[in-house]
Amino acid sequence: MAYSEKVIDHYENPRNVGAFDKNDASVGTGLVGAPACGDVMKLQIKVSPEGIIEDAKFKTFGCGSAIASSSLVTEWVKGKSLDEAFTLKNTQVAEHLSLPPVKIHCSVLAEDAIKAAINDYKAKRSKDREAAE
Amino acid sequence: MRVNEATAKVETAVRAALNNPPGDGTPIYLDYQATTPTDPRVIEAMLPHFNARFGNPHSRNHAYGWRAEDAVEAARAQVASLIKANPKEIIFTSGATESNNLAIKGVAHFYKDKKDHIVTCVTEHKCVLDACRHLEQEGFRVTYLPVRTDGLIDLEKLKESITDKTVLVSIMAVNNEIGVIQPVREIGRICRERGVFFHTDCAQAFGKIPLDVEDMNIDLVSISGHKIYGPMGIGALYVRRRPRVRLVPLFNGGGQERGMRSGTLPLPLCVGLGAASAIAEKEMGAETERLKGLRDRLYNRLKQRLSEIYLNGDLEHRIPGNLNISFAYVEGEGLMMGLKDLAVSSGSACTSASLEPSYVLRALGVEEELAHTSLRLGLGRFTTDAEVDYAADRIAAEVERLRIMSPLWEMAQEGIDIKSIKWAEH
Repeated sequence: MAYSEKVIDHYENPRNVGAFDKNDASVGTGLVGAPACGDVMKLQIKVSPEGIIEDAKFKTFGCGSAIASSSLVTEWVKGKSLDEAFTLKNTQVAEHLSLPPVKIHCSVLAEDAIKAAINDYKAKRSKDREAAE
Repeated sequence: MRVNEATAKVETAVRAALNNPPGDGTPIYLDYQATTPTDPRVIEAMLPHFNARFGNPHSRNHAYGWRAEDAVEAARAQVASLIKANPKEIIFTSGATESNNLAIKGVAHFYKDKKDHIVTCVTEHKCVLDACRHLEQEGFRVTYLPVRTDGLIDLEKLKESITDKTVLVSIMAVNNEIGVIQPVREIGRICRERGVFFHTDCAQAFGKIPLDVEDMNIDLVSISGHKIYGPMGIGALYVRRRPRVRLVPLFNGGGQERGMRSGTLPLPLCVGLGAASAIAEKEMGAETERLKGLRDRLYNRLKQRLSEIYLNGDLEHRIPGNLNISFAYVEGEGLMMGLKDLAVSSGSACTSASLEPSYVLRALGVEEELAHTSLRLGLGRFTTDAEVDYAADRIAAEVERLRIMSPLWEMAQEGIDIKSIKWAEH
């Protein structure tokens, strides 16, 4: 299968590979997919007190399109508010990377990953608040 | 003269294409179970039969026909010799898929009034499984034998599966994905004792391992040309004459090939299959030893560089030109994308709509997550030490790079059992 230039670029030069301490209160972690299905994405966001995503990291087990989708999403969400980042749609990822139909699930997974990371961060925050009260 | 010049040109081109120094941009070919380049000696044997020595081997009235028939019969003898058969027992076909269909459907249909049961195996090639499924729809019963973790069938299970309604046992000699060699001789003995025909798909075995239809009690053998450095589009089926195996042909026509396979024989392709068989017969011993050396060199180099790599299928009962390895925590298709300078194939099926990994690896009991990380590395006649070293180093480097990017590798390093996590299926 022929990959688009953008997929190849993200695959060969992935942005923001790495990990944050998932126990850090300012970090939200999303882990989606399943090893048995051949795709697992871990996407992490570091959020400022003002609710802005300051940094993002990912690690992905999957094909080139899955790696490219997660790499792209980490780039896009940086500097965005949590609400803005939550509106990210898989179709934007698929379109930007020119993913063929059989690879659309990679972009769906990337959307799921960012939403899971935001939800994780929010859940942590509300727990902290409860603990403080 | 013109033919000789053309031969020389083709030979030069083939040799040049096959002797690329590693890393020059042309991928190193490590997919010899998918297909093989036609040996220059085979092309040389074929070329005159396209024009200077053309003819319809079925033309009875002139020298063109007689000459073509002589060439076809010589090729038939070369094919037969490699499996210790009589040339009269060789039927030319378009390839192993047709041979498998003809053997399985042909026997099933001919004997359907008396027997209606077929025994095969879950790791067979798709064309065998699909032919069997087709027969099930017609009302035949099919037993699909499981395989053990080494990829081989359990002979006791085979014995138990045979009933007085069983007409045919179809078990491949060598598996196309994992290269394991089934106990053909033992299967043949069991089938003969029980009065059941034994068909074996030898697309990956013919010319690679010694086969003897008498000694091994084989009744039908499927053969492919392009897997043994012969041309694509030609294959053969061995059909035993004594005791006679009868078939209903797949299609109707002029009754060529003893009525079992109508259609004009493709003279140059038949000659090519014959030449490829003769070369394989002469060089099999030395080639097996050479490939074993290359295979060990590749496997050892990978094991030295990488932890947590797993060989799929038995190492001992295996053709030397195949390695199928799971590189844990790195998805196969993603890995292949990083190995653009290597032509290999993967057991991961990320591209298919089903997202199912290789059914062969699953049948061995390989966990799905490991099946997704497998690569098939096929070595062959034109593989060199330098290519193998280069491939091993490239694979190791890419696996290392992708493991750094893999959340599963990270979890493994932290001591987290990935099976303990509740993954969402998607």
